[in-house]
Amino acid sequence: MKKNAVFVFSEDQLGYKFSETHPFNQKRLTLTVDLLREMNALSLSDIVAPRIATDEELSLIHDPHYIEIVKKASLETSTTTKYENYGIGTEDTPIFSHMHEASAGLVGGTLTAVDYVMEGKSSHALNLGGGLHHGFRGRASGFCVYNDSSVAIKYMQQKYNARVLYIDTDAHHGDGVQWSFYDDPNVCTISIHETGRYLFPGTGNITERGTGEGYGTSFNFPMDAFTEDESFLDIYRTSFREIVESFKPDIILSQNGADAHYFDPLTHLYGTMNLYQEIPKLAHELAHEFCDGKWIAVGGGGYDIWRVVPRAWSLLWMEMNDVKSPIGNLPKSWLDRWAKESPIPLISTWMDPHPLYEPIPRKLEIMEKNKQMLDKALYLLRNQQSFKNHQ
Amino acid sequence: MLVEEIMNTSVPTLSPSHTINDALKLLKEKRIRHIPIVNSENAVLGVVTDRDLKEATPSSLISSQNAEIYDLPLEKIMTKNPITGHPLDFVEETASIFYDNRIGCLPIVSQGKLIGMITESDLLYKFIELTGVHQPGSQIEVRVPNRTGVLFEVSRVFYEQRINVLSVLVYPDKDKSDYKILVLRVKTMNPLKLIEAIRAEGFEVLWPNHPGMNI
Repeated sequence: MKKNAVFVFSEDQLGYKFSETHPFNQKRLTLTVDLLREMNALSLSDIVAPRIATDEELSLIHDPHYIEIVKKASLETSTTTKYENYGIGTEDTPIFSHMHEASAGLVGGTLTAVDYVMEGKSSHALNLGGGLHHGFRGRASGFCVYNDSSVAIKYMQQKYNARVLYIDTDAHHGDGVQWSFYDDPNVCTISIHETGRYLFPGTGNITERGTGEGYGTSFNFPMDAFTEDESFLDIYRTSFREIVESFKPDIILSQNGADAHYFDPLTHLYGTMNLYQEIPKLAHELAHEFCDGKWIAVGGGGYDIWRVVPRAWSLLWMEMNDVKSPIGNLPKSWLDRWAKESPIPLISTWMDPHPLYEPIPRKLEIMEKNKQMLDKALYLLRNQQSFKNHQ
Repeated sequence: MLVEEIMNTSVPTLSPSHTINDALKLLKEKRIRHIPIVNSENAVLGVVTDRDLKEATPSSLISSQNAEIYDLPLEKIMTKNPITGHPLDFVEETASIFYDNRIGCLPIVSQGKLIGMITESDLLYKFIELTGVHQPGSQIEVRVPNRTGVLFEVSRVFYEQRINVLSVLVYPDKDKSDYKILVLRVKTMNPLKLIEAIRAEGFEVLWPNHPGMNI
């Protein structure tokens, strides 16, 4: 029988661990799974174990030489600087033991999700261990060794001949995935992120639209620092729907970084939990409207692992399973279990307390600027559309 | 950096006897805005820009009676004896020439022959490269007192934190004349520790600010 959705997870995914103090911390997966279990929203039969991506699969995107380097580096001590030119052994992406296996495991998880959906075994699939959107062909970057989404998209093209739409709502620009398919007209990448003026990686300008045959299939929506829910969601809903209507994908792959929240230490956006309740709703809706339900979601950034990520990613899985959005308090048992370990007081309710922060002085100007950015970024698409309508 | 390192070496050219129509076609086809006009020895005689052509041709809104305008030779409208540059000129000086003379292109001439060209867009792209934004990184702005050795003190922090610096720009501080603003692009996604360390050295980090702090 076809399942509605599968949850790709195993304890092995926790092995993608740079150090005790590194901001990228897969403990958030444990916290999320535990929260969902406490909610009775995740049964053991929903969970499928990720496979490990083969070298051949990794080379769909990555340079074989780079894969060799990652394997070699995995055997070295964490202090070597030999592989710095490959982005490995840096402050961002330090070497850890079994780095190759752990990274290939995260890619495998997304491939497992792909196979479930593309073989019709389930309508949707979630791999919270994936979403490593900064990985490049021959270089690690921004906490990402291999790029699971890029590999998965290429894999879907080759094995299933699918036309893929990738939507990335991580606060950082989805550069690795964008550059992988920059000249490919059959993959559409959308990234909604904080402007790269100060924030890593710096790219993701509206003028990055693709090249050659792929011109017009890369979309970027850089938002100002201090952008709040309302403006973020306006950009997300308007752009996502218009682009899906025009591109007509076979499948939607969403990257669900949870670092646009006000609490996130690395970024300067002012999102609240409302954002993470709303984002999956539209992805779900559009997948049913245009892709016969085919929707794969992966994780991504999210550096407040106690107060933000577990709630945000639980909401994502619940939306995927048509579970009504929870209201009120988080399960007491979950709060009791983790309060001791958390260095900061946990938020005890599903939605954030209101107000979460002091009002932003230039709110209206920021919304206006974002709106202008949205219109400029969609200008080309809207023009083509009105051209088509007149034919 | 020298002009020869950034100039375009395959430059479409026309001769003075080519017509306005030829020039219009070439601009459109190559998606360019400037054409050097050369003789058979490839010596630069003039420059024709898209503006020269617009001024010379009738408005597209008037149904033209003067079709013969399009057959006139470029000799009649080109800017004669344009400012030219040399491949060994410095890019920085060349930028001032563009700014001071309000020109959009500079033919590069060596031994009397055209060997390349630089446009405003080429210079702008070089500037983009200088700021380092074509590589993944975070940007940090630090206000520092204008005194000897301060760049060393700041860069020592980067060394200690093992953070690779992609580019450094130094701006005058508009508000405080005895200060400078350092704009650094660094190869890291997590600048938090770095910012703390710079602050610990007594410098003011203007951006990024942590969310929730005074904005």
